[in-house]
Amino acid sequence: MKIDVTHIAKLADLPLAQSEKEKFGKQLSEILSYIEKLKEVDTKKVEITSQVTGLENVTREDEAKPSLSQNEALSNAKSQHNGLFKVKAILE
Amino acid sequence: MNLNQLTIKDAKEGLKAKKFSSIELTKACIEQIKKYNKDLSAFITITEKEALESAKKADELISNKQDLPFLGIPVALKDLFSTKGIKTTAASNVLKDYVPEYDATVVRKLKDAGAVIVGKTNLDAWAHGSSGENSDFGPTKNPWNKEYVPGGSSSGSAVSVASDMCIASTGTDTGGSIRLPASFNNVVGLKPTYGRVSRYGIIAMASSLDSIGHFTKTVEDSALFFNVTAGKDIMDATTLPDLTEDFTKNLDNGIKGLKIGIPKEFVSGLDEDVEITFKQSYKILENLGAQIVDIKLPYTEYGIAAYYIIQPSEVSSNLARYDGIRYGNKRSTFGDEAKRRIMLGTFTLSSGYYDAYYKKAMSIRTLIKKDFDDTFQKIDALFSPVCSTPPWKLGEKISDPLKMYLSDALTVTANIAGIPSLSVPAGFSSNDLPIGIQIMGKQLSENILFRIGNAFEKYTNFYKQKPKL
Repeated sequence: MKIDVTHIAKLADLPLAQSEKEKFGKQLSEILSYIEKLKEVDTKKVEITSQVTGLENVTREDEAKPSLSQNEALSNAKSQHNGLFKVKAILE
Repeated sequence: MNLNQLTIKDAKEGLKAKKFSSIELTKACIEQIKKYNKDLSAFITITEKEALESAKKADELISNKQDLPFLGIPVALKDLFSTKGIKTTAASNVLKDYVPEYDATVVRKLKDAGAVIVGKTNLDAWAHGSSGENSDFGPTKNPWNKEYVPGGSSSGSAVSVASDMCIASTGTDTGGSIRLPASFNNVVGLKPTYGRVSRYGIIAMASSLDSIGHFTKTVEDSALFFNVTAGKDIMDATTLPDLTEDFTKNLDNGIKGLKIGIPKEFVSGLDEDVEITFKQSYKILENLGAQIVDIKLPYTEYGIAAYYIIQPSEVSSNLARYDGIRYGNKRSTFGDEAKRRIMLGTFTLSSGYYDAYYKKAMSIRTLIKKDFDDTFQKIDALFSPVCSTPPWKLGEKISDPLKMYLSDALTVTANIAGIPSLSVPAGFSSNDLPIGIQIMGKQLSENILFRIGNAFEKYTNFYKQKPKL
């Protein structure tokens, strides 16, 4: 199984150097070849399991509760402006 | 015996009887950290000032005849547990200067129980790893032999307990990250039933697999710790309903008549030292009155393959939040292992591959879980080695990710099925490195695991052996 590292890195928003692309490409192919062994198992009639708790529809009352203040929420933001997170322009 | 060598149980009794103060106990731990952390890299952050303040408060409460489960007991936290006002790094450069504004539920519970937090321990960054070498801040060393890995990902937490830098510590186990380092360090490690301990405020790795547990010197301490951390939390919708139980209650009931299974898939291809140790271990259980039966769990061989789809898929999703905007540094600061897992997961979830990989793995998950469910109809617990080899040398597997991943072959299936597993010291290899066994049970059966573990420990007493630092 070959993996298109450039495409996947773009989807994952990971900036990679050319040397990293080569290294990861090789390593990921090896891992995927190993994973291929799952094909030996016939799972056509097997239901999927996405969680194991047996819990369903866990809800709570929709009530507002004390939360982080604006200052607290911003306390780790490296770039801010007037009490807001400052980000690069998305649209030209 | 130095104060820092005490168990939770003995430290509590000593504090209560005023044989020593929490300040003295805490200072003994901090001294030990300062003396050996340079060699072992078990801690990323030492919270000496805060620890001494809480110890002082604990001493006041003890003087006022207050009784709390962990009052004045020094505990270390894996640096994946959010701590208000104290740096929480996940051992990653992405979060190297991140200071949370809130405590994880488990941290709050420990503080409410009177625990003294002595510091934040090293780990494989984001809990990605089996050796402790993937920390962006340098690898933790095995205190039994510094040329060997301590096991990961909760490397520093295991080492801090093994080398008496604290009385107990927290960990997380997504595919073996508590049990493997526990077994490599001659300490006790509990991976609880999925959902029995809140994940709130603990940096997420793979949310459907992450189990929150701990390291202690003895099985009894493990039960005492679980009394504090287990329980439903409104902040984590996957926590299970409360079953109020005292986990120390059945510890001394013995194991006469219990049916304990040995899964044949877990004991083939073992390293010779591990095989010898394991045989001696189940003979001990037999001597103690348990009935040993051979069991088959045929889908075990697909565990790692299924795990290395489910886990990276969830990792890629959980780590997508690190955009460097609200907190943390840019995505370019992720280390190699995180990058690998993000890409692997992004690939297995991507359009055109989802059915072939992610959906397939979730079907295998059903089969692995069914293997266990069927087995636990017939027996009380399962018994196996934690790892097919003793600790390996630093650097031995680091450039071969697949080889590293396969180290978790005996631990991942418990996470896939959400069942509890307790790792207990079982002896030493020919070159004097620790070997551990694990006891697995059906969901919510921690009480039985503690009972078996305690009987085994009382008979063997391996925990009394300490590394020469």
